[in-house]
Amino acid sequence: MPNQKDDVYGDHISHKFNDELMALKTQFLKMGGMVESQVGQAIEALIDGDTHMADEIRANDKKVDKMEMDIDEEATLILARRQPTARDLRLVVSVIKMVADLERVGDEAKKIAKLAIKLSEEGQAPRGYIEVRHIGNHVQNMLRDALDAFARLDSEQALRTKKEDRRVDEEYQAAARTLLTFMMEDTRNISRCMSVMWVLRALERVGDHACNIAENVIFMVEGEDVRHTPVEEAEKVVGR
Amino acid sequence: MNTLNTTVTGEVQMPEENAVPVQEGRPAETVIEEGKTVGRPFADDAKFKLRNVEVFYGQERAIKNISLDVARNEVIAFIGPSGCGKSTFLRCLNRMNDSIDICRVKGSLRLDDQDIYDPKRDVVELRARVGMVFQKPNPFPKSIYDNVAYGPRIHGLANRKADLDEIVENSLRKAGLWNEAKDRLDATATGMSGGQQQRLCIARAIAVSPEVVLMDEPCSALDPIATAKVEELIAELSESYTIVIVTHSMQQAARVSHRTAYFHLGHLVEVNETNKVFTSPEHELTESYITGRFG
Repeated sequence: MPNQKDDVYGDHISHKFNDELMALKTQFLKMGGMVESQVGQAIEALIDGDTHMADEIRANDKKVDKMEMDIDEEATLILARRQPTARDLRLVVSVIKMVADLERVGDEAKKIAKLAIKLSEEGQAPRGYIEVRHIGNHVQNMLRDALDAFARLDSEQALRTKKEDRRVDEEYQAAARTLLTFMMEDTRNISRCMSVMWVLRALERVGDHACNIAENVIFMVEGEDVRHTPVEEAEKVVGR
Repeated sequence: MNTLNTTVTGEVQMPEENAVPVQEGRPAETVIEEGKTVGRPFADDAKFKLRNVEVFYGQERAIKNISLDVARNEVIAFIGPSGCGKSTFLRCLNRMNDSIDICRVKGSLRLDDQDIYDPKRDVVELRARVGMVFQKPNPFPKSIYDNVAYGPRIHGLANRKADLDEIVENSLRKAGLWNEAKDRLDATATGMSGGQQQRLCIARAIAVSPEVVLMDEPCSALDPIATAKVEELIAELSESYTIVIVTHSMQQAARVSHRTAYFHLGHLVEVNETNKVFTSPEHELTESYITGRFG
């Protein structure tokens, strides 16, 4: 994925070092793309009742896990060989952390795929799918934006993604209330609504992981750790 | 800090004395302004107070208006590419540059608020207070014992043989050399390994109870094990001495020092907490150097 800011990691005296950092970045983005599509497909599988697709997602998760291990190994080797400093160090350390987030997003997609199979087998009228689609779109956008911010080293984009997390949390609360109403209306809905609730919960977690990735991008670019700090603090860091 | 999309490569051109543009179209943070050091060059409890220091070799200005404090019991590392002036600056601190005829030092250099370059100053006494360890181990062609005892003898620090023995033993212990040397104190020092010789030189430097130890690339001729021992020693010594170390090993600077100073073409570009310098330096040039983008 060529982009104008790649030269930030591509201008060392050692060309081999450049290649290693670039490869790490590319691999991470590849894994990000894969995880992103896993989440998208899991939502489709759920809404369309497509158990075939759901099975595929569960199988693909193994590839995601493998990529996590490969990237971790690559990052470890760079630390051992190059003893990177400053922005290079921040890149490697952030990738090690973000890769764990991506892997967890993959797990959430797998979880949704499992629930898609379960719900499709029960085969009743859908409840709460509008909410699933809505929150699903929202967190997919967050994930895409976070990866985009990483690719372009865009801390402002990352900050916008971090801010979105609060809105996803609110949407999740609202959706949970709606499902609760369905359950109170008719107790036969409970089992089904609980499954949908788990899906929403998984999507909300995807949003959290996207937010973590965004915070790591801010650290990579600005050199300040903005985890566990209010958005206003992060704004100051990015706005400097 | 919107400087990350830029690069620094190759030699820096210096068209004029004051503002030095590094590359055309680069953001302001990458420009060296003479006499301006980013970060924390000053300290509250200063052992050395150095202000507007300039060093000339003949007509050439090797150090350009540097101001810096070295704090008491601090380990400060000087880093920078070859020829950036870090060794020259280090050698000003105990007037080692005096022996170079064409070398002139200007500005205010004070040790415990006393002028280092006061013409009436006793240089021998100064160098007893500010000891030095060089890049290449340089033991005297004498016995191990005599190497360490040399300083205390000429400075009259020991009246009796027993006192001298004690100084020698303590110095060798502090330098981590006692166990290896105690049974061969009369053996000639030049027969020791490089790492042992360097630790002997450190023992010799601390035998006269200096307040400051200057180290000019003390580990560049040593293997990793000897290097680790010297670094261990630096950590121990820092409890009672002030240490200024020039090093080409960035990892060494990161491991042993409290603050790191980055020199570039005779300028002092940045001084900051070592942890900060190696994770997120303030100046683009510091970053370019420590990440291996030019050198």
